[in-house]
This record gives sequence, structure tokens and C-alpha cells, in this order.
Amino acid sequence: MLKVENISVKIAGNQILSDISFEIEEGDILMVIGPNGAGKTTLIKAIMNTVKHTGKAELKGKEVSKISPLALARQIGVLTQKNAQLFPYTVEEVVSLGRYAHQTGILGSLSPLDKEKIEESMNLTDIAHLKDRSILTLSGGELQRVFLAAVFAQDPDLLILDEPTNHLDLQYQISIFDTIRQWVKRENRGVIAVVHDLNCAFNYGTKALILNEGKVEAFGQVRDVLNRETLKRVYKVDVAQWMQTLLNYWN
Amino acid sequence: MKPSNKNINIKKLIPKSLIYAIFIALFLTGLLLSVWVGSVDIPIFDTLKILLNKLPGINFTHNIPKSYIDIIEGVRLPRVILAALVGAALSIAGAAMQGLLRNPLADSSTLGVSSCAALGSVLAIALKLKTPILPQMGVFLSGIAFALLSFVAIIALSYRIDPSLSTNTIILTGVIISMFAGSMISFIVFVSKEQMRNILFWTMGSFAGRGWEYVAITAPIIIIGSLGILGYWRELNAFALGEEKARYLGVSVKRVKITIMVFVSMLVGVSVSASGTIAFVGLVIPHITRMLSGPNHRHLLPLSLIGGATFMMFTDLASRRILRPAELPIGVVTSLIGSIIFIYIFHSQRNKTS
Repeated sequence: MLKVENISVKIAGNQILSDISFEIEEGDILMVIGPNGAGKTTLIKAIMNTVKHTGKAELKGKEVSKISPLALARQIGVLTQKNAQLFPYTVEEVVSLGRYAHQTGILGSLSPLDKEKIEESMNLTDIAHLKDRSILTLSGGELQRVFLAAVFAQDPDLLILDEPTNHLDLQYQISIFDTIRQWVKRENRGVIAVVHDLNCAFNYGTKALILNEGKVEAFGQVRDVLNRETLKRVYKVDVAQWMQTLLNYWN
Repeated sequence: MKPSNKNINIKKLIPKSLIYAIFIALFLTGLLLSVWVGSVDIPIFDTLKILLNKLPGINFTHNIPKSYIDIIEGVRLPRVILAALVGAALSIAGAAMQGLLRNPLADSSTLGVSSCAALGSVLAIALKLKTPILPQMGVFLSGIAFALLSFVAIIALSYRIDPSLSTNTIILTGVIISMFAGSMISFIVFVSKEQMRNILFWTMGSFAGRGWEYVAITAPIIIIGSLGILGYWRELNAFALGEEKARYLGVSVKRVKITIMVFVSMLVGVSVSASGTIAFVGLVIPHITRMLSGPNHRHLLPLSLIGGATFMMFTDLASRRILRPAELPIGVVTSLIGSIIFIYIFHSQRNKTS
């Protein structure tokens, strides 16, 4: 579905990413993990062609950099880590922005389908009761769900999520990933998610990509990639040991 | 700490149609008052009749003295219409700049775009720039070109200094550019042998003595520029989430940005060439409108347009009456109101971020 070939990014003389290649198929949930500064967010930008890079990303055989922003937005939805919020837009207005690429009328009014998708997305992320609230009055977790809803409203084939469970409490972390797992089951869909929580990567991922210092440390099926030795090497901590210790608290 | 959402609930209670109705009513009141009040006393019903007579299919003017009609149609009406046009233009341009730059303090005056447009016009007059068909058109074109140039320069310079384009960086860059353009204007006006209206006109603005020929030049450009910006309300909403996010939503960021900048420059350039730099209108009106209607550009843009026109007619009226028979430069009135609101926005923004 998405094929990334030899992507490298250099910003102000610093090599941020070198020679990244991987591929995901329909139905995949690819978990991108790695320590802070490994280049995860930059990888998303390179795929979406919003940062200067060499190499290429192909979506269903077509080079992403050659697709217009409008056509691309109908196929790929991106949840960014940082979203500016300055003016008191309502939750519903922000989620409606997800329909931008689908609105065709000159006046840009919402079609019944647009309205349906907006409502569906708000229900999916459990924010329908907030729809008239100003986004400036929301908590971090509520806001994250609003931006997630906007991406769902975009109705893309490929979801790229940069730390989707950021700011979310456990209940919503689980429900969001359950939702994503359901979502991807439909034909022709795929997910790439940058996550920090390795348990979450294990539990929900089909594939994993470990980035370290801008290079691919490992890529493949989750069970093959997330092994004790690799994680130890990347995080410089015996992760498995640490998880065992944590688990003991609960036993 | 979460801010209270009390005022948001109040906002929900005001239906949009009511806000539009109030704005239009104020506009019509402003129009009538501005045309009615003046050095010659004309009964208000005669004024109303002469105004209504302008509508197609109505003929009310039979027993009204010819001198009344001449004063209203020939002197007061063009000036008032020009004020309304310029107010609408500066106000919608301000709203567009604030959306584009995600900066509630952006305005043609605070960014220095107005000063540069004035510099362009002054230069054209000093160099006796003549255009073939309409001789005064050179002044307007030069004003528009300089507005665009300065807009590009401000954004490029701000990006260089601070890629996140923070409010403070943009405003500081605007101050520098403003000061530069201001000193150039003073210099050119001072050394030029050309009969040029005084410096005060370019720095404070005025509608004094403006006739129909000014309306004829400005109206088409302002209508095109305003319609152009109105067409981008969804994109301006998307920009509020940041340029990267807007791009992922499907907006062709670069193309949209340049197009909006061209429309804004047209509006500011033509306004300044016609009436000098009138500061802060583009800051005050969108701000008040946003408090009433919310930040959605679908309503913010058209309401700012009507609100700006209304505000400018009333301030022009005030500038004519406060020290009568002398006339205050209109910029004195707008700057007085504007600077207070500027401090208020700046202050409340600081509180929000800290």
C-alpha cells in the first residue's frame, strides 16, 4: 500500500534520517518506535513531502510528491503532534475541517455525507457531547480526541498518527486503538502510528519499525522485531526486565 | 488552568442572523447620519428621499431644493461611500492577515503594509508616474505594488528570524518596516518640488474633498479583492491549525497564501492611495466581530466587511464634527480607539499563554 524507498533527510547539515526503506500492506498497523530524536516525526514529514528529502514514498504505486495536496488529503490523513490553537473555534468546526478535501461546492457548505462523517467521527472518539465547546476550554486529552476525530472525518485510506494516545488516559488509549483496529479492517486501509508505549505496539501492531539515530534498526512483523536484544540496544535499558519488574507490582 | 466557558455559552445564544441584522441596521444608520450631518443643514427626510432616489424605480425628489441634491449627491455621498469602501477593505484585509498569520494583532498598520503602500503612492506622485488611460492610476498601482512587496518582505524576514512566526516577531518586523517607510515618506515629501498634500495626509489619513472619481477607481478593486478573500474562508479556517496541518487537510498552502496576500495588498494599496494610512481599523473590527460571531471565517469575513464600512463612516463623521469647522485627520480617531484595543488584546493574550 505504502512503499518507502531510501528516504534521507538532512536539515542544516544534520543528517536526520538516512536511507529509510520499508513497506506496508493493506490491513497493516505499522508501529514506529524509537527513542526521542530518532527521526520519527521527520519520517512522517518526508513521506508527506513537507520536508526536503531524497528517496521517495509511493502510495498504491503513485509517488506521493506528485499527488496534489487535495487528492492526497482524500487518501492520507495525518494526525500531527502539534496543532496551533489560538482562536476559540468550536469542536464541531475543527472536526468539520477534516471534510475540506471532500467539499466541492463553491460556497463550501457541508453535504449530508459530510455531516454524517463528522457526526460519526465525533461519536467514534467520544466527543459528541463537546461539539459546541470552544477548543480553548478543553483538556489535553479532549483536544487530542478532537484532532483525531478530524482525521477520521477526512475518511482516508491511510492513517498516519504521530503519538495518537498522547495526553490520553488509559481508558481512551485502549478505546482509540480498539477503534483503529476496527477501522483498518475495512478494505484498502492501513495505519502508521508513532508510539512510545511498547506494550501498545505489541498489542495492536502488525508490523514494527524501530528507528534509532535516523536509521532503521529493525523492521518486520511485530513479534520478530520487538525482541529483548534489539530494544536493549536501542533504548540502552533492559526493557523486558523493566516490564517484568512492573508486572510484579500487580501480582 | 481551564478558562471558564461562560462567555462561550452566551455566544451560542446570539443567532448569526441577528448579528447580521444588527450590523446591517448599523450600516444603514451610519450611511444616513453621515450624509445628513454637515455644515449645511438639510432636513433628514429630504436626505432620506435623496438617498432613496438613488434606488432604481423610485422618484422622490420633486419638491427638494436643487442645492440640497447637489450637496448630498456631489459632495457628501462620494466621500461617505469612499469611507465605507476603505473601511470594508481595511477590515476584511485585517481579518485575512490575522487568519493567515495566526496572529490576532496583525493589521495593515501594525505589519507596516500601509506605510509601504503610502510610500509607493508618494513615490509615484514625486516621480510623476503617469499611466496611459487613467492618469491617477499610477499612484494606485504603485501603492498596491509596494503593499505586496512589503507583505512579502515582512513574512520572509520574520521567517528568517523566527520560523515559528510568533506574534511578537511579526509585530516587531512590522514596526521596523513601518519606521523605515515613514521616514522615506517624510523625506520624499520634504524634498519634492511637486505639490504634494502634506505629510499628515499620508500618516493619518483623510477623506476630505474626495469625489466620485475616487469611488470609481477604488470600488472595482475593493470589490474584487473582498470577493477574492471571501472565497477563501475555509482555507483561512484550516490555517488556524497551523500550515502543516492545513496542508494535510488538503490546502495548497503556498498557492493560497500567495493569492490571499495579493488580494490583501490590492485592498490595502488602493485604500491607502485614496485616503492615506488609517491605522488599526483592521485590528479593531475583526476583533469585535470575533467576540460576537466566533472565529469561523465564514461569518467573520462578511461581518468584518460590513462592520468596517460602518465603523469608518462613523469615525469619519466624528472627525468632521469634533473640532468643527476644522477637520481632524481620521487616523487620529481610529488610532486612539485602536491603540487601546491593541493593548487589551496583547494583554489578554499574555495572560492566556502564561
